Amino acid sequence: MNVLIDRFDVFAGGFWLTLQICVLAATGALVLGAVVAVMRISPVPPLRAVGTGYVNVFRNMPLTVVMFFAAFGLPALGSNADFLRIPGLDAIFSRLGTDLPYFRFALIALVLYTAAFVCEALRSGVNAVPAGQAEAARSLGLTFGQNLRYVVLPQSWKASVVPLGSVIIAMIKNSALAGFFGVVGDLSATADQLTGAEGYAFIPVAIGISIGYLIMTVPLGALLDRIEKRQAVAR
Amino acid sequence: MRIKRVAALAAAATLAFGLAACGGDDAGEGTGSKSFPAGSTMERLNKAQKIKVGTKFDQPGFGQKGLSGKPEGFDVEVAKIIVKELGIPEDKIEFVETPSKVREDKIVDGSVDLVAATYTINDKRKERIAFAGPYYEAGQNILVKKDDTTITGPDSFKDGTKKVCSVTGSTPAEKIKEYVKDVATQLVLFDTYDKCRDALKNGQVDAVTTDNVILLGYIAKDEASFKLAGDNFTKEPYGIGVKKEDTDFRTFINDTLEKAFADGSWKKAWDDTAGKFGAELGAAPTINRY
Amino acid sequence: MSQQTSVLYDVPGPRQRRITLISSVVATVALLVGAYFLIYLPLDEKGQFSMELWGPLVDPSNENFSQVWQRLGLGFKNTLTAAALAIVASLVVGTLLAVLRIQLKSLTQRRFTGLATPLAYLLRGLSLLLSVVTRVCVEVFRGLPVVITIFFVARGFPEFGVSFDTLWYLVIGLTIYNAVVIAEILRSGMEGLPGGQREAAAAIGLSPLQTTRMILLPQSFRIMLPALISQLVVVLKDTSLGFIISYEETLNIGKQIIGVLGNPIQVYVVIAVLFIVVNYSLSKLAQYLQRRLSQGRKTAGTPAQNPPPAALMSQAEGAGGN
Repeated sequence: MNVLIDRFDVFAGGFWLTLQICVLAATGALVLGAVVAVMRISPVPPLRAVGTGYVNVFRNMPLTVVMFFAAFGLPALGSNADFLRIPGLDAIFSRLGTDLPYFRFALIALVLYTAAFVCEALRSGVNAVPAGQAEAARSLGLTFGQNLRYVVLPQSWKASVVPLGSVIIAMIKNSALAGFFGVVGDLSATADQLTGAEGYAFIPVAIGISIGYLIMTVPLGALLDRIEKRQAVAR
Repeated sequence: MRIKRVAALAAAATLAFGLAACGGDDAGEGTGSKSFPAGSTMERLNKAQKIKVGTKFDQPGFGQKGLSGKPEGFDVEVAKIIVKELGIPEDKIEFVETPSKVREDKIVDGSVDLVAATYTINDKRKERIAFAGPYYEAGQNILVKKDDTTITGPDSFKDGTKKVCSVTGSTPAEKIKEYVKDVATQLVLFDTYDKCRDALKNGQVDAVTTDNVILLGYIAKDEASFKLAGDNFTKEPYGIGVKKEDTDFRTFINDTLEKAFADGSWKKAWDDTAGKFGAELGAAPTINRY
Repeated sequence: MSQQTSVLYDVPGPRQRRITLISSVVATVALLVGAYFLIYLPLDEKGQFSMELWGPLVDPSNENFSQVWQRLGLGFKNTLTAAALAIVASLVVGTLLAVLRIQLKSLTQRRFTGLATPLAYLLRGLSLLLSVVTRVCVEVFRGLPVVITIFFVARGFPEFGVSFDTLWYLVIGLTIYNAVVIAEILRSGMEGLPGGQREAAAAIGLSPLQTTRMILLPQSFRIMLPALISQLVVVLKDTSLGFIISYEETLNIGKQIIGVLGNPIQVYVVIAVLFIVVNYSLSKLAQYLQRRLSQGRKTAGTPAQNPPPAALMSQAEGAGGN
């Protein structure tokens, strides 16, 4: 069990890096997912087609493949994802600004992949709003944008919170793959390094890594449970 | 880990002297019908007419699974020499993929009978398993782009600007950490060296580091793009991994290897595989019977 | 799709249609031009469209074509084997787990009257303990990344002297995770059923176990079928994590092919298409089933049209796996 104390810095560093990935990727996925969701329900057919295509492609591909395309497809297109080196933000999330692009590639992969699920979660919320609401809004003469903004979204938001939360939890777990695509030092890569190259016993390392992930996922899950129960009562 | 390489070799050498007397029990191999001491691993494998060999599936020249679905390379050929000596036909070998980080585990839990997988002999590993050999001596080196003159050796990473790639959980990755100034901004780890090579080609990293023979494999495939930067900066004697307590089997493999050094089958195995990359085989290494 | 969304906006008039048409054409052209300059040209410049790289995958006369597809076929077979085993095992284990949790829940509420006081307390304590233990197991395995679970299984089992083929490590790892998810899907399905179902069952004298088995579980299965099928998609995708433990599934074999032919982008494109086709068909199947079920349900008059919010949640969670 000594490894947990001796190498606490390694575990803590891994946790911190995984947390950074998760916070950034969650933000990005929520934004992109909202955009795709609006596209999917918009009145313009090509936008709908793009939105639907996007969701179908990314929902049905293994994340490993998406990660691969981010890490090797983007460089083939001549991009180092430098647009993510946002000044100011990279002061907090130092890996964003380094010359090594793999942190950014992993982020892009997670955002692209998760956005498809965020879109579906938001859409399920919109679908949960009774049709009469939108119809009433239309009969008042509200446009598509106004309808979404003033009538549908404020109500759908409630129904979306729980599925959205689950998507984010899934994303946190998915971030474990980043360690296999060039990001050094996240929680899952830490397991590999400590048990592989440094030869520590397996069980204590496994416990340490598990705690790292459970700290992030379990409280979030409990929070969702509570929200869900409350909503059930309110209904 | 490898910092103690010299010390390790010295320690192993002294041990070898001490145990030299035990190394002599020749199991009467080479006769037409094989007979082995009762209860030995050799006898068990010979009776079963089946053997599981751990090797790499992604290491050009040493152990790489080709399009035919069969692994090819120097490690594979050396394993075949040993298996032949056990009186088992070649097509009865079951090759199991053993990436760097699981090799000891696979030997200990008995899912393979022996491991030939660019397996560097070192003291840390000897705590859990035993090594026969070495049958080849490699060394860690650095692969760079052909037109790169700024990287001349591992010390070039000390100023904190050059980025280097290796494989997760491997010893070269640990070794290069000693030279790298800031791991977070300079080191990239993937699950295979192929990905490192692509990253170097695309320009995301400036160098790839691992054992020279693996790098020579990449140069052989794409001479226009890559070259080695400087000389080997470590010594990596490759051995055959077996169970720790199985001294008889280890002695048997050592005898077989020495025979292969002498009768030219070792050289032929090299020339057919990794030798094609233009790497030097050198003189046969001295078997280390500890 | 169009029925659901058209609620949000009016049927466009002639002017709106014209605007839509024009903006559609403009958007399409812009997309195509953008794709040409940002994707096609850079790739073409690097020779990524050359037949040398694509040939082994698409040209039947290429010398490597048959071998490459034989290998990919083997990989796909292995992927499907692992997925099939994992889904069957997770369904069985998941159902048992769901029933166990429901039973334990009703046990903890029982007072064991008629037994000696210490014994009653002991039984209550025991059922409480068991219920906590299962709860913790569920939370832990639901909260861990599948990658980590598979990795732990592959490294942990041999540690205790148990070793199998890599296939079984993958299947066990996937089963642990997915059984827990499926158990939660079924459980929330059972808990979402109207209380009357349970009460009626009790009124005709069914025991709690009988109630679960004959009343709650079958209904929960039906309501949750779409969610269960989308969990299938998740399992299929998750088998790709077998590369971590050297299981020869599609992606791992793809990696070996890349090692020989040196055409990573091309091989991954082919694999991505394979996955998308299979998984897309599966999710279409799920939609079809959902439609059929909700139609069939109208006459029965039981509340199955709207799965409880928990169903949506599990669906999203399921879909959110790797």
